[in-house]
Amino acid sequence: MNAPLYAKAYQTITDIKGPLVFLRGAPEVRYGERVTLVDSLGNKKSGQVLEVGEDSIVVQVFEGSDGLDKKGTAVFFSGDVVKLGLSEEMLGRVFDGSGKPRDGLGEIFPEVERPITGSPLNPVCRQQPFQYIETGISSIDLMNTLVKGQKLPIFTGAGLPANRVAVQIARQVIRQSQEELIVVFAGMGITSREYNYFYQEFQKSGALANAVLFLNLADDPTIERILTPRLALTTAEYFAFDRGRDVLVILTDMLNYANALREISSAREEIPGRRGYPGYLYTDLATNYERAGIIQGQKGSVTQLPIVTMPNDDITHPVIDLTGYITEGQIILSRDLDRKGIYPPIDPLPSLSRLMNLGIGPGKTRADHRQVQDQLYALYAQGKELEKLTAIIGSAGLGETERRILRFVERFEREFINQGEQPRTIQESLALAWDLLSEIPRAELRRVEDKYIDQYWRGARP
Amino acid sequence: MIVGRITRISGPVVTARGMEGIKIRDMVRVGELGLVGEVIEVKGDLVSIQVYEETDGLRVGEPVQSEGRPFLAELGPGLLGTIYDGIQRPLEVIRDQTGVFLARGASGDPLNRSKRWHFVPTAQIGDHVAYGDVVGWVQETPAITHKIMVPEGIRGRIVAIAEGDYTVDEPIAELDTGQKLYMKQLWPIRRPRPSAQKIAPALPLITGQRIFDVFFPVPKGGSAIVPGPFGSGKTVTQQALAKWSDADIVVYIGCGERGNEMTEVLTEFPRLEDPRTGQPLMRRTVLIANTSNMPVAARETSIYMGITIAEYYRDMGYDVALMADSTSRWAEALREISGRLEEMPGEEGYPPYLASRIAEFYERAGRVICLGSPHREGSVTVIGAVSPPGGDFSEPVTQNSLRIAGAFWGLDARLAYSRHFPAINWLTSYSLYLDVLQDWYIRHLGADFLAMRRELLEILQKEDELKKIVQLVGRESLSEPDKLLLDIARTIRDDFLRQNAFHEIDAFCPLKKQYYMMQAILTFYKACQRLVGTVPYDELAKLPEWEQLSKMRYVPNEQIGSFFPKFIQELSTLSKEAVR
Ligand SMILES: Nc1ncnc2c1ncn2[C@@H]1O[C@H](COP(=O)(O)OP(=O)(O)OP(=O)(O)O)[C@@H](O)[C@H]1O
Ligand SMILES: [Mg+2]
Repeated sequence: MNAPLYAKAYQTITDIKGPLVFLRGAPEVRYGERVTLVDSLGNKKSGQVLEVGEDSIVVQVFEGSDGLDKKGTAVFFSGDVVKLGLSEEMLGRVFDGSGKPRDGLGEIFPEVERPITGSPLNPVCRQQPFQYIETGISSIDLMNTLVKGQKLPIFTGAGLPANRVAVQIARQVIRQSQEELIVVFAGMGITSREYNYFYQEFQKSGALANAVLFLNLADDPTIERILTPRLALTTAEYFAFDRGRDVLVILTDMLNYANALREISSAREEIPGRRGYPGYLYTDLATNYERAGIIQGQKGSVTQLPIVTMPNDDITHPVIDLTGYITEGQIILSRDLDRKGIYPPIDPLPSLSRLMNLGIGPGKTRADHRQVQDQLYALYAQGKELEKLTAIIGSAGLGETERRILRFVERFEREFINQGEQPRTIQESLALAWDLLSEIPRAELRRVEDKYIDQYWRGARP
Repeated sequence: MIVGRITRISGPVVTARGMEGIKIRDMVRVGELGLVGEVIEVKGDLVSIQVYEETDGLRVGEPVQSEGRPFLAELGPGLLGTIYDGIQRPLEVIRDQTGVFLARGASGDPLNRSKRWHFVPTAQIGDHVAYGDVVGWVQETPAITHKIMVPEGIRGRIVAIAEGDYTVDEPIAELDTGQKLYMKQLWPIRRPRPSAQKIAPALPLITGQRIFDVFFPVPKGGSAIVPGPFGSGKTVTQQALAKWSDADIVVYIGCGERGNEMTEVLTEFPRLEDPRTGQPLMRRTVLIANTSNMPVAARETSIYMGITIAEYYRDMGYDVALMADSTSRWAEALREISGRLEEMPGEEGYPPYLASRIAEFYERAGRVICLGSPHREGSVTVIGAVSPPGGDFSEPVTQNSLRIAGAFWGLDARLAYSRHFPAINWLTSYSLYLDVLQDWYIRHLGADFLAMRRELLEILQKEDELKKIVQLVGRESLSEPDKLLLDIARTIRDDFLRQNAFHEIDAFCPLKKQYYMMQAILTFYKACQRLVGTVPYDELAKLPEWEQLSKMRYVPNEQIGSFFPKFIQELSTLSKEAVR
């Protein structure tokens, strides 16, 4: 977003309210156009036209309206929508939430410029996703496989290690794909501690060379957060559809994004929807989340892994709920598992990858994958029920099989889920899964065909 | 022609001045790009317009031009197998114009203008014809004969009509009034297409889904809603019905939902065969896609566009099933537009007219005697998905839909979490159509079909009560017959109601098989009931029959007749000796 040559400056601000500036008498202004505001000290801020009328214009100021005054501020209209300059040079670079370099390495030389709102993909041009992405995490790869072109959010709670999981995934997908895949990482409202963590982790692991980072800090302007995911997605689309790369976009934390949207909405005095979020939150989130997919006959893909915090661990919170309504499944982090010291604390029961079936099976992962997943899921669900029951009526009446299932649950959590930072290939995850299934008598493995049991089951150990 | 000027732009709503004489619901072209819009409010000399494309870049002062007519659907041969956006632009044509990303200002004729269809007249020179009369037909697909009907407002004596190959723009007949008939006709989408008479639905829409066909059936011409939280199975259910129900025509509306889901239909439907005609399913399907990232206002039209097309095929005498996924996105679009108009909000910010809009939509479902001759009966069945915030059914869209629709298929998050699919709650769901369908069931499936249905439901209700006791005092305190009942209930849930939409055999279950499956479960139950006094229940619980029951759903269709009678016979003769 470089400074344009301005045709005309308007010094006609009538009101300043929250992140909004109201002004008069700019007849040529276009809806959605990019705006630059220069205050009396010469400081520049950027903004966007939110509403135009015959005698009033509403501008949202991305950097916040602090320091702006009615008289001294000049408003310049660019005649164009907000765009981002893009080039291959962006790899390895860190930008702030409004797209300016944050790493002190200077501006990039854009090869193309694109409007950051993107355009909807024509549904007839989409390619149905068909390939999985190896994240190296068993509870994702085996249990809830991520597929290229999918949007799969991670729902987390305050204090749960979602960011650590995100960084681990970023690092591992780059490595497992032999650097075929790149990561675009957008942080909205992250603390400086998190900022240092992200930056160092990306640098330390060498992942930075295959990543583009957009980081908006907690003390950066809130409204900038409206831009950050759009910048990241515009960058991702460029690498995917102009350059043919597979791109994984990690957006953290979309709750902060939604809160920025709420702030603008309340400044505009719009009728608030649930918990003060605007009624168009669904549509707004969808215009971001739908920017994932594959195009028929083209190389490249955009996959999204948005991270959303559940306030009070409430899965019905509007931002979580609407995210669930738009995305293709969810990975849920569990406080219970976290308390037990299990990392990554991914709870397989409420987690679901809706596109999993498209990406797994013979020739992709392995022929027995679907059934093994089914079986692990069923046993774990059954075991968790048993755990609850024995907590009430004791374990005295348990039969041999039930004891084995409880042991399975224990090992499943301690060994399978609790893998730590060590990546596993899908083959390794499957091997471990069969090792756990070998705890269980053959007759109980109802979800797996005999031929796979013959091939992989090692016999119930006493 | 009325031409005004833009005075204000706020998202999808544009206000204009200088359009005296314009009518509500008139279609307009907005700005230099000529974006499609519709007048939704006239207030003094200001006119509010909802715009069906993104308004970025518009300026105050740009022209707004009236088209002098409401928004019209184009109806005629060539609709089947096509995918449109919410304002009936054919997305395949648009792709060739604007590339893989949708751009504004694109346009395309809904019906192919150059394709020639072979028209066969059924009316003759000298015949008097009026609105609704069939004058001939076109073979639209190998399975669907597209009737060419006289449009509204035209009546007279045919002076010319001839068999031949015509485009939709060429006249196929001429009347003594000088009026010409074409294969294409236009219809304002917000106005229901009339019929001679609405009649009571009496035939079930057979879906091949056990929970619907047995427990909560919907008739051809009925309406059902599928509310449920995210990920509970609304879309999978709608797609299963679009694939397997015995409708002649399916109109599938993706309203404010995912692009990948449209792609899924576009990828799968051409490959899947309609079990009744052997034709690819896509050839009986019209798709309307206005995904969540496409312009909000067009979500609104997509619903009306879909139902207008459905009524048009109904008028030919076909049974049409319409799926709308999701009606909540339509309601939210109404809310968003209403907010921009600064209308007085009703419940949860929805406009006060939400209830009447929903009612009007579902009222367009129904079974009718069509207008004109020859005598035809057709139906539109409407199945609407509802996406309540937080899965809470007390919200306005669910509640208002519930009041109108005759069947309620409530999806349950708990069932979905435990991977019980379809996650339809059998205790809270209902169908009000059992009375009207009773006759059909008795005549076609025997009197015991409904009796068995009742028995299954009773067992499940009893299970619900027993479960509460089990939670308090444990299973061991139950009587032996109650333990048996719990396991039978589990069999009903797991092996009958559960149905895997992705399994090649289980995805579609013929009625005959549904009948046998119920019979098998109940026969086994009776046999166990006989034994439970003399044999400890724990022994019965180990019988291999339980596992056999769990595999019934995978019995291939061609083996139904050979497998089930024998299986049921064996179950009925279960003896004490066999248990040992
Ligand atoms: N009948 C079924 N058989 C097997 N799996 C099913 C069935 N119904 C639903 N599922 C599973 O549940 C997932 C979610 O279903 P679906 O996409 O229909 O949910 P939805 O209610 O439409 O959610 P949303 O409101 O987010 O669109 C599917 O991807 C599939 O894994
Ligand atoms: Mg859905």
